Amino acid sequence: MNANIYRHELHIRWKSVFTWSVALVFLIVFFFSVFPAFAKDADLLNQMMAKFPPEMKAAFGLDNMDMATVLGFYSLIFLFVQLCLAIQAGNYGFGLVSVEEAELTADFLLTRPVSRWEILTSKLLAVLTSLLVTDLVVWGSTFISVLLFNDGRAYETTTLILLLISILPFQLFFLCVGLVVSLLVRRIRSVTPYSLGLGFGAYVLSAFSGVFGEAKLELITPFKHFDAAAIVQNQAFDTPLLLLNVAVTLISVVASYWLYKRRDIHAVS
Amino acid sequence: MSIIEVNQLTKYYGKSRGIVDVSFTEEEGEIFGFIGPNGAGKSTTIRLLLSLIHPTSGSAKIFGKDVTTHGPEIRRDIGYLPSEVFYYEGMRVIDLLKYSASFFEKDCTQRMHDLSELMELELNRRISDLSYGNKKKVGIVQGLLHSPKLLFLDEPTSGLDPLMQRKFFDLIREENRRGVTVFFSSHILSEVQRLCTRVAIIREGRIVEISNIRTLQQNNYKKISITAEGLGELFQQIPGASNMQFENGTVNFFFKGDINTVLQRLNGVRVSDVTIEEPTLEEIFMHYYE
Repeated sequence: MNANIYRHELHIRWKSVFTWSVALVFLIVFFFSVFPAFAKDADLLNQMMAKFPPEMKAAFGLDNMDMATVLGFYSLIFLFVQLCLAIQAGNYGFGLVSVEEAELTADFLLTRPVSRWEILTSKLLAVLTSLLVTDLVVWGSTFISVLLFNDGRAYETTTLILLLISILPFQLFFLCVGLVVSLLVRRIRSVTPYSLGLGFGAYVLSAFSGVFGEAKLELITPFKHFDAAAIVQNQAFDTPLLLLNVAVTLISVVASYWLYKRRDIHAVS
Repeated sequence: MSIIEVNQLTKYYGKSRGIVDVSFTEEEGEIFGFIGPNGAGKSTTIRLLLSLIHPTSGSAKIFGKDVTTHGPEIRRDIGYLPSEVFYYEGMRVIDLLKYSASFFEKDCTQRMHDLSELMELELNRRISDLSYGNKKKVGIVQGLLHSPKLLFLDEPTSGLDPLMQRKFFDLIREENRRGVTVFFSSHILSEVQRLCTRVAIIREGRIVEISNIRTLQQNNYKKISITAEGLGELFQQIPGASNMQFENGTVNFFFKGDINTVLQRLNGVRVSDVTIEEPTLEEIFMHYYE
């Protein structure tokens, strides 16, 4: 680990971290502030929801969510939080080494007296720090909104904490898969299409798995691994899915180190 | 001691050729010229030596250490000026130089300021606001600030005005006098001629000639021009002559071999003018490329 690279990486990413964090605060606080009004007419709402086509409810994960409870309502918000976090982590993952290659600053960095192992480790740690800062903001704003707007209704704190902890492996998945994909292709010219593709793709896979029923594709998407409604219902993670998630992440990291060490940094072409 | 030892180094990008079987050595304190047209493999060779890319086969050693396994160690004492400089656009020049210096264990502040002053580089400007030539100056300062023992210059003068080029050459000579070994890649022969002691010529990925710049000029070819009457028959066939051109009673050609064979033919001819000169590197070079 090289402290210079770490600092540099933090510095270039802090604006992005700030923007995402602010967006997430607004999303969580404003969305959750309507919970008291929602809960008051919960019966009405549940009646209305019953009339929705089941496919649509499944797509939003509403089929086994009770919107009249704190955690049920939070699960809906959590889906959007997850989507944001997926895109953010994907951005960082796809861009971790590819941005330097596209902007041709990789020549500079890789001719410093540091090994590629050190470079990648420092970059990963810096990105991890950035993600953790975002997480602290998500955790903070969640607790504050739940405390402020719980409408006097009871909720299971441990389950809420479980939900909030799940965003760590969730982010790591997108970070590491993004990274390994960026190292598998020769050059990524723009990071955003890739991260949007991966984020929304994973979401859609999870959403439509409910619609189509038995398709097993959903097993590969973190939106299913850390499905908020399921976690709230079972008050626990689905262990096999969690293990699957961690395994994919670990394989991606190991493969990334392997690929990066052997990577040819091409000149201007 | 050999600073650079390259042994049958080969690089293919998929199926397209980078370099093939390149071998040469550079001794300590040399300024080694590496010349060839665009796409001949000059940059590929440098990038292999810096382990930015990995060889398909063959090996290379710098300071006696293998470049693929001892990269970080070797790069502590290497300065590199790429042909096209790209730096973090949002940074200021001073921040970039400090960032670069922070990777080396010595204090480079004084030298950083000395070099920037010499190259007339404004330290407080943003990289994104710099012209191509000014970015190149950042590259020069960045490449030299940690007092490397070996310098890789990849077409270093492009973008610099003639005044700056001269300053730059003086700087390189000064560094060389202090014992810095220089690997100088270029397609501009006059600058190689000005600076280098030995030169390798690369063409289509292969080394075609490695020689001392003096021997290349002196022993190989003479450029001969003779004005006299009746040259046509006399100079039909001279072994060792090439590029023969007749024009208004004057014959121009390059000659390699015993100069007496030419002189003997002139015996008894009334010559109005003769010049025998060393060809420029340019002309030798063109010869290799025909």
